[in-house]
Amino acid sequence: MALLETDKVTMRFGGLTAVSELDVRIEPGEIVGLIGPNGAGKTTAFNVITGMNRPTAGRVRLDGKDVTGLARHEICRRGIARTFQNIRLFRELSVLENVLVGCHAHVAPGVFSSALHLPGYRRREREARDFAFALLREVGLEGNADDLAVALPYGKQRRLEIVRALATRPRLLLLDEPAAGMNPQESVELMHLIRRIRDQFQLTVLLIEHHMQVVMGVCQRIYVLEYGETIAHGDPAAIQNDPKVIEAYLGAG
Amino acid sequence: MTVDTAQRRRRHHLLTAAAAVAFALFLLVADRTFDAFSLRVLNLCGIYVVLALSLNLVNGFTGLFSLGHAGFMAVGAYTSALLTMTPAEKELNFFLEPIVPWLAAVTVPFPLALVAAGAVAAALGFVIAAPALRLRDDYLAIATLGFAEIIRVVLTNLQPVTNGALGLKGLPRFAGTGVVWTCAALTVLFMVLLVRSAYGRALKAIRDDEIAAAAMGVDVFRTKVVSFTISSFMAGVGGALLGHVLTTIDPKMFTFMLTFNILLVVVLGGIGSITGSVIASFAVTVLMEALRFLDGPLALRIGEFELFRTEARPGLRMVVFSAFLMAVVLFRQRGLMGTREFSWSMFSRAGLLPRRRGGDAAGGTHGAA
Repeated sequence: MALLETDKVTMRFGGLTAVSELDVRIEPGEIVGLIGPNGAGKTTAFNVITGMNRPTAGRVRLDGKDVTGLARHEICRRGIARTFQNIRLFRELSVLENVLVGCHAHVAPGVFSSALHLPGYRRREREARDFAFALLREVGLEGNADDLAVALPYGKQRRLEIVRALATRPRLLLLDEPAAGMNPQESVELMHLIRRIRDQFQLTVLLIEHHMQVVMGVCQRIYVLEYGETIAHGDPAAIQNDPKVIEAYLGAG
Repeated sequence: MTVDTAQRRRRHHLLTAAAAVAFALFLLVADRTFDAFSLRVLNLCGIYVVLALSLNLVNGFTGLFSLGHAGFMAVGAYTSALLTMTPAEKELNFFLEPIVPWLAAVTVPFPLALVAAGAVAAALGFVIAAPALRLRDDYLAIATLGFAEIIRVVLTNLQPVTNGALGLKGLPRFAGTGVVWTCAALTVLFMVLLVRSAYGRALKAIRDDEIAAAAMGVDVFRTKVVSFTISSFMAGVGGALLGHVLTTIDPKMFTFMLTFNILLVVVLGGIGSITGSVIASFAVTVLMEALRFLDGPLALRIGEFELFRTEARPGLRMVVFSAFLMAVVLFRQRGLMGTREFSWSMFSRAGLLPRRRGGDAAGGTHGAA
């Protein structure tokens, strides 16, 4: 069964159709790309899948279960985590604390159990701390654990966003332009990182990316959007030679 | 954890305990030796600590701009007053219209009334939170402000329960130094523990980025409601204490000005700093009283020779106070403490604590002690 399935998902804002009848099927363990020119509706598709927007029509299913219109935190708890195109870290929290917020649902703190530091809470919090530290080590951020998130350089902030999403223990990870602003060297490292975490955490990854080297290098399948419509879909080689895709990116020749 | 940090932590805990004992002793001595006026100012400081922390929980740590505090304080003050006054005193107060029969005979012990004051305010806060917390920023501020005014108007017009605009006089003087400062200490302790816990982390995450917090699995709305309700509880207790210190309450006491005063303390101390709220509670309460001479006639003398004399100008105190506030906001935009907390490491870094084997240089800045 497909891990994620969108069934004719349509999202309209007033007269603008941002996403039109999107049909995406992602099998467990895949790395799938979502590409298209600016304004094609890629991020809107992410927002619909993660519950930030309720679709105008269509259904989103995770593991065959309908998750359309569930609250954002509920969707996260069901196993979909995401990063953001414009980095959204908790600015005044430390790097470690940022990751610990990702563990929130697993620590499940009640206001009094955590204020009174009851034993059950203390144990879960300790486990979360160990887990968060292990994750930070995984991406080489353990040395920054006590720094404020805003104080990190850009590339590390991007990595922290991924780690924070991993802390929610997702099955499906949505990455919104993870390579934005990265130099070629960093992009290659990012590709390795994505593959590594996929294998290590048994993840399925859906990523939006403009960086073609990254998309073609890491994705097994690719969906191409333009003006909200899905204009092509297939493996990287097929996409690269698809006339419609070439036209969308380069203009009609 | 290395042996060194463990040692340092133990030392800091000892220092904290010592400071707490020292302050308790000071209160004990003050309670015996201070005159009535000074003691009242001291107790007002304690009440402001409770109120400022209550507002800081919502405004500073959860990032909700709420201006409804006076309303919750009023509810707390009236609840506690009506539950503790003797039937005879109630009869004396309600001379226009008799009090409703089910309240006339009720008299409960003060601690119970204090908890009830908090509980009623919290219940009201919970009810208000559901619609109001769907709003954000300025809209939330206006909505909460509106709710506080509604509460005040209801209290003014609910003659058989609240005695209306006449207010209540002769509240038992229960809120002595011990009670006030026990409440203040409990509030500080609760806030420190909460803010450093996973729940506090979730609050700060919501403050920093609500969308990201929700995407990380934090139930944003529910967490906000809990924060708002707890804050209302504290405000209710603070209001009750205020009533029992002043021994007179009426609806006009609980206007927006009261909320503004507390907001002033929070902003001055640092939005999102427990230490800041505590320091500013003292600073504002003491300054408000210490500057009172400015409201009377002023004279400038050298020896016996009087240079000039001005007439009494009531309100001049507030002019000076506002200037002081502007100076703070200009030079320290994020309040006295920003979002930082007091820690013993600050002292050792500044060389104010004796060093032990040079181990103290790199202490954490975030541990509130």
